[in-house]
Amino acid sequence: MIAAELALHAADRIGLGPAPGDVEHIRSLGYEEFIERQLRPDDIPQFAGLARRLAALSTWQMTTSELFREYAPQAHKIAEGKPSPAERMVLRKQMQHVAREAAVARMAQAVGSPAQLQEAMTDFWFNHFNVFARKGLDLVWVGAYEREAIRPYVFGRFETLLRATAKHPAMLFYLDNWLNTAPESAGARGRFEGINENYAREVMELHTLGVDGGYTQADVVALAHLLTGWGFTPGREAAREARLQGRDPRSSLGGFIFDPDRHDPSAQMLLGQSFDAGDADDGEAALTMLANHPATARHIAMKLCQYFVADKPDPALVTALSKTFLDTGGDTAAVLRTLFLSQSFRKQTNFGTKFKTPYRFVVSAARASGAEVTNMRPLLATLIQLGQPLYGCQTPNGYAATEEAWLSPDALLKRINFAVALGAGRLPLTSADETLDDDAPKTAPTGKTTPLDSDIIIAARGGVLAAKTRDAIATAPAPLKAGLVLGSPDFMRC
Amino acid sequence: MRMKRRDFLKLSAAGAAGLTLVSVGAHGWAAQNRSGATQRLVVVFLRGAVDGLNVVVPYGDAAYYEMRPTIAIARPGTEGGALGLDGHFGLHPALSPLMPMWKEHSLAFIHASGSPDETRSHFDAQDYMESGTPGIKSTVDGWMNRLLAELPGPRRSTDAVNFGPVMPRILSGKIDVASVASGRAAGKPMVLDRPVVEAAFDSMYAGTDNLSRAYREGQTARKQIMTDLKQEMMAADNGAPSPAGFPDDTARLADLIRKDANVELAFFGLGGWDTHVNQGSAKGQLANHLTQLAEGLAALRTGLGDSWRDTVVIVMSEFGRTAHENGNGGTDHGHGNVMWVMGGPIAGGKVYGRWPGLDEEELHEGRDLAVTTDFRSTIAAILVDHMGLGAASIARVFPDAPLDGTNVKGLASA
Repeated sequence: MIAAELALHAADRIGLGPAPGDVEHIRSLGYEEFIERQLRPDDIPQFAGLARRLAALSTWQMTTSELFREYAPQAHKIAEGKPSPAERMVLRKQMQHVAREAAVARMAQAVGSPAQLQEAMTDFWFNHFNVFARKGLDLVWVGAYEREAIRPYVFGRFETLLRATAKHPAMLFYLDNWLNTAPESAGARGRFEGINENYAREVMELHTLGVDGGYTQADVVALAHLLTGWGFTPGREAAREARLQGRDPRSSLGGFIFDPDRHDPSAQMLLGQSFDAGDADDGEAALTMLANHPATARHIAMKLCQYFVADKPDPALVTALSKTFLDTGGDTAAVLRTLFLSQSFRKQTNFGTKFKTPYRFVVSAARASGAEVTNMRPLLATLIQLGQPLYGCQTPNGYAATEEAWLSPDALLKRINFAVALGAGRLPLTSADETLDDDAPKTAPTGKTTPLDSDIIIAARGGVLAAKTRDAIATAPAPLKAGLVLGSPDFMRC
Repeated sequence: MRMKRRDFLKLSAAGAAGLTLVSVGAHGWAAQNRSGATQRLVVVFLRGAVDGLNVVVPYGDAAYYEMRPTIAIARPGTEGGALGLDGHFGLHPALSPLMPMWKEHSLAFIHASGSPDETRSHFDAQDYMESGTPGIKSTVDGWMNRLLAELPGPRRSTDAVNFGPVMPRILSGKIDVASVASGRAAGKPMVLDRPVVEAAFDSMYAGTDNLSRAYREGQTARKQIMTDLKQEMMAADNGAPSPAGFPDDTARLADLIRKDANVELAFFGLGGWDTHVNQGSAKGQLANHLTQLAEGLAALRTGLGDSWRDTVVIVMSEFGRTAHENGNGGTDHGHGNVMWVMGGPIAGGKVYGRWPGLDEEELHEGRDLAVTTDFRSTIAAILVDHMGLGAASIARVFPDAPLDGTNVKGLASA
């Protein structure tokens, strides 16, 4: 049996926090075996309840194209300001419903899935390749983006992930690359009038090389030219064209498309290398180079260390991860193995030192409660209050993973407020889901509430708790005990 | 597109020619040091893009009435007409609670204001105005947080206060900001207000580590705010529940400022201005919202008493709306807007800015009021003359901004 402290560390950091029984499970499994199993999520049996939960969501299985077909006309109507206020509200509600289902699905998996590293990496990569749900059609696409472009690749090659995000309509739309057009090209008209550098800049600064990755403004311009013509099928015109070519006009709506008419075929110098395919391969080749660049390896290594290990990680660890990245062609599973098996990560002085992001805090508290959470609204609302609304990061850099970003007096009191309410059983986590039903009355606090059992929560942590926390709990009235554990300094960190 | 570039160049050129705020800056700095009182800035952000052409109405432009056959505000002196300001512009009649401030010269407007970025996306435009870096999406903090870093003196937990549940982009950044719940939630006690809960958490957070320090600072700020607001809360609890609204919140802020000399910055975000449909004219949707807003601002003026002398309030919105009304009795996303500034230090009773007019060729892309004053130039002028910021500080609050004080010369004083 490995030490309870190490097992808690694994559950807290590699996953999103232990549910009752997890620490014992890891202790009997052994540290290395736990990691290997977490890296093969398909072999981890999912809970039947979670699978049922996801299957019950009406838009959860819809593809980006299907969602586009269904909702683009509405988005268009709203943007044009045509419908009456009442109609507008109905249309917006329908679109919001899709985003809410996505949020419910994410929380249900984060809280309920035994494949916890997969959930942590989904959080990590989504943030790395952030899109904002409140920008236009991304409201209905955000869930599909996570399903199609993030989740399948969380342990795979970085290049595959980069390409999947680059081509996903949610990203094309969020960072405007769908508008990026060679000036005076055959396809330049209307809003597709010229170069849009937005994605080209962010993909180098945030997704690959990093801000100090050694690129210049000239490289941004060159990459923007290489990526011209990327977009998603815009609707009616494309459908007509498909029909003329004998294809199902609805098959490709809202999917990735390369439009040669909007592409700049001229040769470009990017980071000292010439790209002159003159077609879709221009952008593909540029992404390949960026994905495998040493600066990218270092940037991803640094971000993983910051997410999993420390706000200011040991440079030697970053170098080790970066080396694995380059040696394996950007194999994320291999990089994670290097990370989790390192002394920097495993050493005792690293335990309980990282301040949780609001997301980790809320998810870990819900997991520790041991409740089968059926109502996500209190959790999602708390994330908003704590400044980390799910799918709500406006800027492309995503949410930070550091203490500096999240520890503030105001936010800490709000966490404590949430912890005490949860501990006292005042949050209706196990009632019918209120997230998806606008007309659901906000669950009135019933007079009778059942506090959570603090012993269960302490046991879920393998009994690991500071003396100060134990003392406070010992003398506190019963309904407050669980809230004290969840609101303790021990629980704020992982 | 062409219009925007030209304006941008003009601004940059003016900056390069030395029409910057540097010289005024030295002056403002000295004045602030002499007076010694706490200089305050309150920002009210109207989210959704308020229709500035119906707020400060250019009734002297014939084109205004041609473009807005059903929603225009009538000329002053007619039924439901604008309140005359200066012979060319008039104020929406719903804003009559602000007229005393206009008459005492503590209210001014800067027309044809806005961002040099021409996006018509609420999301992007608000983001740019809050980060203070139009066109640059990767800026991580808001300009009010950067401003907080530039203010002199020891930092206290209630230096900056946000009203509402979520910390807005404009205030986010390295420095901690306190928050007050808005509306009815303001009086809601927190679990930590119960002594037994407080004692237990106090004992767990009694160390010298970051968490313990944050905890104690949070408790101090909350207690300060709760004590300051106590009287008001009790009144609100005892009386009939009033509709949660802006006037209540501004009264609360005034209360807080009167009792807590620390408060230097405050922020309100108000929604409901995206009037695509049936926006109304002298009465209707927009008028109703403006009434609330005006009552709130007037309540702040009254509540502040003598502190009004040291307070500047800015009302801003992400962009303006189309000069023409649309087919639904509303207006769509546009460009230039009007910025409102009020407070003791404001040389008011005047509409500032350079009015480009509403002639077809003067409109941005042939449809929207042009932007002739960058919002940052106005704010920077206030920061220099009212808050006493120097040029280096301004450059950190608004990095790389093409500042040009020409259109707002003399707007604020120390």
